[in-house]
Amino acid sequence: MIPAAFAYHRPGDLPAALALLQQYGDEARVIAGGHSLIPMMKLRMAEVPHLIDLQAIESLRGIRIEGRQITLGAMVTQQDLIAHQGLGQSAPILREAAIQIADPQVRAMGTVGGNVANGDPGNDMPGLMQCLGAIFHVTGPEGPRTLPARGFYESAYMTARAESEILTAVSFEVPTGGQAYEKQKRKIGDYATAAAAVIVRREGTTCTAASIAMTNLSDVPVWSEAAGAALVGTPCDDAATRNAIAAMLADIDPAGDNRGPVEFKRHTAGIILARAIARAWSRA
Amino acid sequence: MTQKMQITLTVNGTRHELLAEPRELLIHVLRERLNLTGPHIGCETSHCGACTVTMGGRSVKSCTVFAAQADGAEITTIEGLGTPDALHPLQEAFREHHGLQCGFCTPGMITRAAQLLKENPDPTEAEVRFGMAGNLCRCTGYQNIVKAVLAAAATINSAKEAAE
Repeated sequence: MIPAAFAYHRPGDLPAALALLQQYGDEARVIAGGHSLIPMMKLRMAEVPHLIDLQAIESLRGIRIEGRQITLGAMVTQQDLIAHQGLGQSAPILREAAIQIADPQVRAMGTVGGNVANGDPGNDMPGLMQCLGAIFHVTGPEGPRTLPARGFYESAYMTARAESEILTAVSFEVPTGGQAYEKQKRKIGDYATAAAAVIVRREGTTCTAASIAMTNLSDVPVWSEAAGAALVGTPCDDAATRNAIAAMLADIDPAGDNRGPVEFKRHTAGIILARAIARAWSRA
Repeated sequence: MTQKMQITLTVNGTRHELLAEPRELLIHVLRERLNLTGPHIGCETSHCGACTVTMGGRSVKSCTVFAAQADGAEITTIEGLGTPDALHPLQEAFREHHGLQCGFCTPGMITRAAQLLKENPDPTEAEVRFGMAGNLCRCTGYQNIVKAVLAAAATINSAKEAAE
């Protein structure tokens, strides 16, 4: 499988990359790890006359933990993220999600920025970032701006990022409380049939705050405010979990496909969320 | 037709300068230009791992990397690991433990395992299975592949201890 011909650019810094995007407009796309874009190009479902490779831009790399703030450069790979010890301690849910993405070789190339910016409903990081309340940093011809993860996704592959902008980093506060990422998939490397990111805070036997996001159960990730609210003030017992599941099911809108019919996906979503709540609560 | 570009690849320690179309995949450059036919083309969709090579100290699937992206990189293929007269401990272990039948997945398996053992020289069985999850075998089965990787780890580690 050979993609259509294209011109290759490897700018050395962000202004140069933005200038190329301006110059070539609709004919250009940026490539990070390429493990979503290259298969699409090989299948000729994406044609990219000008490919702008971000690999040489140092400012897009690096994992920074400064006080309560964590910043992941867009070109941080899933492998980098998994290997980072500080991150494993500060936000273990990231590692728990990342080790369930694809396989080792794909994680060596696949980036956090690509995963959140692509807008593929199957990607795991968008839901996780919504659960964390993350902020996405983009830079365009008019300069940098920030966009909340919870308002970033418009529909499949459509996001609040303008075509002339490059997503440069993702940042969020060090999460407090118990965290869990639970994913049901058919095989290693598959996208989720259903996945849940859960963070719960606990005082004594009572849940004081909860954030719940679901993956691949709509054409966008679903941060279910109502599902989180259903846990607050409860001991996160079976009754509260049932209420959270009911609230979550009202917010998702899965489509039947080769991962199963709608009824199966809704059933799976409930089971996955129950497991994620139980595990997050046990760690809170 | 876009212009060809000059790229430099250091493969198994040898520097190559060649003209390539940006759309050429790394696996095609390795196999067809450099005649390194160890890495195989299996699924072509980044699932099977038969095309695995090490690029810049990471295992990658060379069917999903453009040669242009690899410009400037150091690459190791199965040809860089051992020779018929001096097998790499992983090659020896795959032979000893019947880690291959048809052999199609083997170059990718061994190249991936070599990098895995660099990152984690003394893995548990579970860590081997997790670390090899990007490589599919359709005939031998994974039991003997896992056994071979664990045996090679032991061989490499005892050779290291003996050297110290």
